[in-house]
Amino acid sequence: MADNNVVLMQGNEACVEGALIAGMKFYAGYPITPSTEIAEISASKLPKIGGKFIQMEDEIASISAVIGASLAGNKAMTATSGPGFSLKQEGIGYAIIAEVPCVIVNVQRGGPSTGLPTSPAQGDIMQARWGTHGEHSIIALCPSTVKEVLDVTIRAFNLSEKYRTPVIILMDEVVGHMREKVELPNPSKIEIYNRKKPTSSPDDYMPYKVKDGDIVPEMPSIGEGYRYHVTGLVHDEYGFPTNDSSIAEKLITRLVEKIESNLDDIVEYEEYRLADADEAIIAYGSTARSAKSAINLLREKGRKIGLFRPITIWPSPKQQIEILAKKVKRISVIEMNLGQYYLEIDRIAGKYTNVTKYGSVNGELISPDEIISFIEED
Amino acid sequence: MEYREFRLTGSGGQGLILAGIILAEAALLEGKNVVQSQSYGPEARGGASKAEVIISDSFINYPKIDKCDILLALTQKAYDKYIDTLKDNGVLIVDNGISLNNNINNINVFSIPILNTASEKIGTPMVANMIALGSIQAVTDIVKMESLEKAVLSRVPKGTEELNRRALNEGVGLINNRKGTLNYETC
Repeated sequence: MADNNVVLMQGNEACVEGALIAGMKFYAGYPITPSTEIAEISASKLPKIGGKFIQMEDEIASISAVIGASLAGNKAMTATSGPGFSLKQEGIGYAIIAEVPCVIVNVQRGGPSTGLPTSPAQGDIMQARWGTHGEHSIIALCPSTVKEVLDVTIRAFNLSEKYRTPVIILMDEVVGHMREKVELPNPSKIEIYNRKKPTSSPDDYMPYKVKDGDIVPEMPSIGEGYRYHVTGLVHDEYGFPTNDSSIAEKLITRLVEKIESNLDDIVEYEEYRLADADEAIIAYGSTARSAKSAINLLREKGRKIGLFRPITIWPSPKQQIEILAKKVKRISVIEMNLGQYYLEIDRIAGKYTNVTKYGSVNGELISPDEIISFIEED
Repeated sequence: MEYREFRLTGSGGQGLILAGIILAEAALLEGKNVVQSQSYGPEARGGASKAEVIISDSFINYPKIDKCDILLALTQKAYDKYIDTLKDNGVLIVDNGISLNNNINNINVFSIPILNTASEKIGTPMVANMIALGSIQAVTDIVKMESLEKAVLSRVPKGTEELNRRALNEGVGLINNRKGTLNYETC
């Protein structure tokens, strides 16, 4: 018999569960299918642990409230789907340049615009990477099972605190709404990362100076006595706006590099039946589940095929994909769009191997049969 | 390897999603792997609605169902829409108010008074889903009755336990009583 820690849970429910384990104290959002359960469950659970839930007037206000709550020292999250994700881009850029930790969940549905509100899609892969303007890097995580939604949400908070940056969780309608078995972790055994607070006196504090050996500046909570100017403008180490070109160059480079030079820490992936494979599929989120089924059936027919599944979608697992590309004769990128992540994989792997793509935008999860036909045809 | 796919269909408000969740939780109690999903969208409001459950002894990758092993239909509309999604030699459990006008060769049919038993015998149409669950258990033996009962009792509102337990047993009875008196109605 199963023990009490094994429960049937929906993906959206697991997201809130993970957020609470990670220490979420604030949620602001504007409900939208297929992410609504995340708001509903946050609304019911946060007040019971001394947290706050606010339903804002729209998505821009929601991300702004989340940024404010984080600056005040709270771990904060918002969840949405395509139309709301578009609106939140402005705030995401602000959180990047002001270095405010926060978590943004996008349970992807068919788009553009209102699109297919109740159907899955993976059409926001490039928007997650480049949706906000200006040069930047971003962390985006893509879970494929309900249990992984829980784990990835904890990780999203940890990474956002460690790197002082917004972290995006890219789910899709299938993973968000399906229920499956989850073994709840013992919270006391989970590593939780909290932002580093200043140790110097308020008089000596420089809000945007990175101390030797640190990745990001120390971050006090507003109201703790540290003078702290927050702006979306390019700023100096005191936090005040400047047009100085050398300061601008240094700041933007640092914001990109704090992520891009820590790939070993940030990048997470799964390899499935790749050990002896001479061809590979790259898929993520719910599509990766179809790919695994397809691979098992193709293996029965004698094909040596495996799956590389990025869990960290951005920054992409460049090094691992390059190694894979040198090993296999073909990589097929399977996704519920017409080839967004394919562009990234082809950029990395195209010079070493044949990269092909299969995608659909019909609002249905790609089936194992479709994948098998594609692999066998080409 | 055990791998069984259930599709529970009817109209919005008949509690089929709850029935799907309860079936999944009962299987979970027995240490099995489950995936439960449902259709969202306009058709869930008033029209045909469905809940799906996959039960397996190994990890379930592809979470969707194409053709199902067991189809439950509580309305004519749902029956008409989903009958073609049942596998050959699959099990069809339908309310006996539904006319089986489609081609149903090679299917095991259990046409039983689910809705009538709920409203007339137990006194509320709300327990039709529990009667259906009981009948699914009796036909398929996919989970033990005690697991199903435990799953039901942990999900239903306080004060309705006895009502729901009774409905579950009525569902079992609808199948077992048939077994005693009739052969399986295999078309």
